[in-house]
Amino acid sequence: MTDFLLELRSEEIPARMQAKAREDLARLFAAELAKAGLSAGALVTYATPRRLALIARDLPLATEAVSEEVKGPRASAPPQALEGFLRKTGLSREQLVERDGVLFAVTQRPGRATAEVLAEAIPAIIRAFPWPKSMRWGDASLSTESLRWVRPLHGIVALFGEDIISTEIADIASGATTYGHRFHHPGPITIGSANDYVEKLRACHVLVDQDERAAIIRGRAAALAVEAGLELIEDDGLVAENAGLTEWPVPLLGRFDADYLSVPPEVIQLTARVNQKYFVCRDASTGALANAFVCTANIEASDGGAKIVEGNRKVLAARLSDARFFYDTDLKVPLADQTAKLERIVFHEKLGSVADKVDRVAKLARWLVEEGVVGTPDLADRAERAARLAKADLVTGMVGEFPELQGLMGGYYAAAQGEDAAVAAAVRDHYKPVGQGDDVPTEPVTVAVALADKLDTIASFFAINLEPTGSRDPFAIRRAALGVIALVVDNHLRLVIRQASMSVILKQVIEDLGRPASETAKRLRDSVSDFGGEAVYAVANKMIEEAAGAMRELRKDVLKIAVLISMNLTGFFAERLKVQQKEAGVRHDLIDAVFALGGELDIVLLLARVRSLQGFIGTEDGANLLAGYKRAANILKKEGHAALTGAAMAYTPEPAEAALLAALAAAEPAAARAVAAEDFEAAMAALATLRAPIDGFFESVTVNDSDPAKRAARLDLLARVRAAVHTVADFGKIEG
Amino acid sequence: MILALHDYWSERGCVILQPYDMEMGAGTFHPATTLRALGPDRWNAAFVQPCRRPTDGRYGENPNRLQHYYQYQVILKPSPPDLQDLYLGSLAAIGVDMTKHDIRFVEDDWESPTLGAWGLGWEVWCDGMEVTQFTYFQQMGGFDMKPVAGELTYGLERLAMYIQDVDNVYDLRFNDAGVSYGDVFLENERQMSAWNFEVADTDTLFDSFRKAAAECERSLAAKLPLAAYEQAIKASHTFNLLQARGVISVAERQAYIGRVRDLAKASCAAWMEKNGWAA
Repeated sequence: MTDFLLELRSEEIPARMQAKAREDLARLFAAELAKAGLSAGALVTYATPRRLALIARDLPLATEAVSEEVKGPRASAPPQALEGFLRKTGLSREQLVERDGVLFAVTQRPGRATAEVLAEAIPAIIRAFPWPKSMRWGDASLSTESLRWVRPLHGIVALFGEDIISTEIADIASGATTYGHRFHHPGPITIGSANDYVEKLRACHVLVDQDERAAIIRGRAAALAVEAGLELIEDDGLVAENAGLTEWPVPLLGRFDADYLSVPPEVIQLTARVNQKYFVCRDASTGALANAFVCTANIEASDGGAKIVEGNRKVLAARLSDARFFYDTDLKVPLADQTAKLERIVFHEKLGSVADKVDRVAKLARWLVEEGVVGTPDLADRAERAARLAKADLVTGMVGEFPELQGLMGGYYAAAQGEDAAVAAAVRDHYKPVGQGDDVPTEPVTVAVALADKLDTIASFFAINLEPTGSRDPFAIRRAALGVIALVVDNHLRLVIRQASMSVILKQVIEDLGRPASETAKRLRDSVSDFGGEAVYAVANKMIEEAAGAMRELRKDVLKIAVLISMNLTGFFAERLKVQQKEAGVRHDLIDAVFALGGELDIVLLLARVRSLQGFIGTEDGANLLAGYKRAANILKKEGHAALTGAAMAYTPEPAEAALLAALAAAEPAAARAVAAEDFEAAMAALATLRAPIDGFFESVTVNDSDPAKRAARLDLLARVRAAVHTVADFGKIEG
Repeated sequence: MILALHDYWSERGCVILQPYDMEMGAGTFHPATTLRALGPDRWNAAFVQPCRRPTDGRYGENPNRLQHYYQYQVILKPSPPDLQDLYLGSLAAIGVDMTKHDIRFVEDDWESPTLGAWGLGWEVWCDGMEVTQFTYFQQMGGFDMKPVAGELTYGLERLAMYIQDVDNVYDLRFNDAGVSYGDVFLENERQMSAWNFEVADTDTLFDSFRKAAAECERSLAAKLPLAAYEQAIKASHTFNLLQARGVISVAERQAYIGRVRDLAKASCAAWMEKNGWAA
C-alpha cells in the first residue's frame, strides 16, 4: 500500500472557490480511481491561494487481475458454431475450457499498475474540473481550445510513494518541485513524498491546511482584541475568507480615528468586512463598537507589521471618510423628498415604479391597521407614513454604495430627521423576516408595513401571472410568503389572505385588461381630428359603441379573473403553510385533515385547529372516536350514502340507537358553539362524548337491516356522526 | 516613479506611449489597449493615462478619491508566463519593500459593460489598499481574445502615497521644491466636482451623446474604425457625466450602456475586419 500526493499550483485562486474546489478534486479523483476498480484508504484535500492538493492513502500498487469468462457453444455443437465462437474470441480450440459439456473462453486480464492509472487520471481531472469561472492564458491562448483553469496553472506535483507519476498537460510536466511562500521562500522546493509534503511547506512558510490557518486567524485575532482590552466581533465567514487569502496568516490589530464612530456601527462593520476583510471589535463592557480593526497579513514583516498596520489604517480611514461623506450628504435630504426619485426606479415593467409600489403598500398598511388586523386603529397614520418612507433609502448614496444596508439606513435617517420612533423602526425593519431564523417584527407599525410590503409583492406578481413555478422563483415570492406566515403566526394576526390581497389584484387586473380599452379610446380621440363636418359624428358614434362593448366584456372578465387569481393565491399560501408545518414536524395527515375542510385561509385559526387535533388524537378518546368514525365512514362509502337524506324515523329506535341520537343532539350544538368561539379543545371534548354511544351502536345495532326504512335511517344517523366530526376536522384524512 | 516604470517596462520590450488626448474613464479605453488587444499580433506597451470618473468626485474632501487621476497601464500580449513576477519586479523598481509590506492578489473579475469586455484577475493589495488592477482579458468588444493579453493598471496616486508615506493624496510632494499634489489639483477637484454634479448642462450633454453616437456610425460607414472608436470613447464619457448629474434612471441606464457597448463593439468589429482577422 502506497500514498499518493497531487498538488496543482496556480496563480491566486479566489478564496470563495477553494472549499468547493477541494470537494470537486476529491470527487473527481475518487471517480477516476473507481473506473479502474481502485479505492483509497483515505482522501485528504488542501487548498491555499496558490495550490490545490490531495493526498490519497493506502493505494495498492496495481489493480487486481480480472478473469473473464464467455460462454460458448456445447462441445457437441456443429463445427460452424465453434468456428464462429473462435473468430469472435480470437482464441484457438485448445485454449477453450470445457465444463459440463459446454465450451468457455477464459481470458485473464492482468492488473494495471496504479501508477499508470494515476498518470491518466491527472490530466482527466484537470480537464474536467468544474471551476465556476475559468480562463485561458499565454501563447497557447491563440486557440480558444487551449486549457482552461481558474487562473494560470503553473505546476503539478504527482508522487506515488517517492516516485514521480509522469504526465503532462498543456506543456506542464509533472514532477516533485513546488514553491514556498511568495515572499518568504520564493525558491523551488523538492517534495519527497506525501508524507513530508505538509511539513516541507510549513518550513517554507506555507500552511497547507486551511483549517490550521483558520484556527490561527480565529485564535490570534481574538487574543489581539483581548490584549487591547476589547472583544472581537466573531465572524466565521471572515475567518474562512482570510484563510483563503493567505498561506501564512498573521493577524494584526490597528486603530482608526474615533471620530468616525459617528457613522452608524453597521456601516463601519460592513465596510471593514466587505471592502477590507477586517474584523472589528467591541468594548467588552458597553458592547459599543470600538475604534479598532484586525487585518490578516500574509507575511511576517521585518518591522513586526508596523508599516502594514499603518497602511491598512489609512485605507480604512479613506473608506470611513467616504461612508461619512455619504451619511452626511444623505442626512441633509429629508426622506420624504427622496421618495420623489422612486418614480424613476422600475419595480417591474408591468407593475410600475417603486413609487407605485410604495403607494400600494401605504394604502394596504393603512387598511390592515384600520381593519384591526394589526395593532389599534389610532396607528393608521403612522403605518401609512412609515410605508411611504420605507423605500426612500434606496436612492440614498449610502444604500447605493452598500445595497445590503437598505432599511437600516432609512431607519437611521428617519430617526435623525425627527420621524416618530415607531415610524423609524418600521422603516428600518420592514424587510424582516428575511429568512428562517431572522427576527420577526412585533411592533404593530412595523408589522403592518412588513406585512403590506410582502403581501403586495406576492399579490402583484400573481396578478400578472408571474407566480413561482417549480424551482423557479425569480422574485422570491416563496420567501415573501414564509415572511407573511411568520408575521401572522408570531403576532397572532387574524388575517384573511383573500381579503388583504383583493384590492392589489383587482387594480392590477383592471389595469392589465383595461389597456386595450384605453387604447381604443386613444385611437378614437386621435381619429376624431382626421375628419371634418357631419361625418365625424357617425365615425365617433361607431367607435364609442365599440369601446362600450369592450368595456362591458371587461367588467365580466375583471371579476372572473380576479377571483381566479385570488383562489390561486390562497392555494399557494395553503401549500406554503403545509410545507412549513411539515418541516416543523407537524403530522402531515393532521394538517390535511384540517385543510380538507376548506373555507377561508386564516392561518392562526388553521394552526389552532391542527394543534388541538394533534392533542386530541393522542388521547384514548381521540383514538377510539377516530376508529368509530372510520367504521361509520366506511359503511357510508360502501353504501354510497353521500349526504343526509333527512328521512324521518318511523320506528322505535333500539336503546343504543336512542343513546347515540341523544348524544348527537347534545354534542352537535356544543361542538358548533365551541367552533364558533374558536375553542377547538372544547369542540373536541364535545365530540369525545360521542365515543361510547358510537361503540354501543356498532355493538348492538344492525345497520344493514332488512327493513329499508330502518336501514336508511341508520345510515342517516352515521352520516350525522360524520358531519358532526367534520365540524372540527376531516377525520378521513387521518392515518391509523 | 513614472520614469522608473517607463525604464522597467521599456527594458522588458514594451513600447512607451503617451497619454491619449481624450477624456476617458480608464486606461483600458486607450486604443492602444482596446483595439491593440484584438488580433493575433504581439503587442507590448506601457503608458500613463489621465482618467476622469465624474461620479468619484468628492470636492477635494476625500483623502484618496478623485474625479481626475492618473493610471499607469501596461498591456502584454500574449500574457507572459511570469507576469506576476514581472509585476512584483516593477513594484520593487519603484521602491516597494516587500519584506515590510503585505502584497496580496485578491479576486476581482474585471468587466467593462461599455466595452463588451471581461477578464479574470485580481486587485492587487498593498497593505489593504488596491494599488493595481491585474487582468487577463478574455473578451474585448465581444470577441474572444486570441491570444489572451495581460493588463496591469497601476493607480499612480495611491502608489505614490505609499512610497512617500502620506495619508492624504493632496499632501503628495509633486517635486522637491515644495509643490504638493494639492497645489496642482485641489482647486481642480473642487471646481470639477461642482461642475460634474451640479452645473453641467444636461441638454447639451444629451445632445453631445447623440452627436457622438451618430458620428461613430458615420465613421463606421466610412470604414474608419479608429475614428469611430474615438466617438465611442466620447459617448462613454458623456454618459458618465450624465450619470453624475443624476438624470439617467435605472431603466435608462441599461439602455445607455447598451448603446455605448454597441458603438464600441462595432468599432472593434470594424477594426478586426480592416486587419483581416477572423472572429
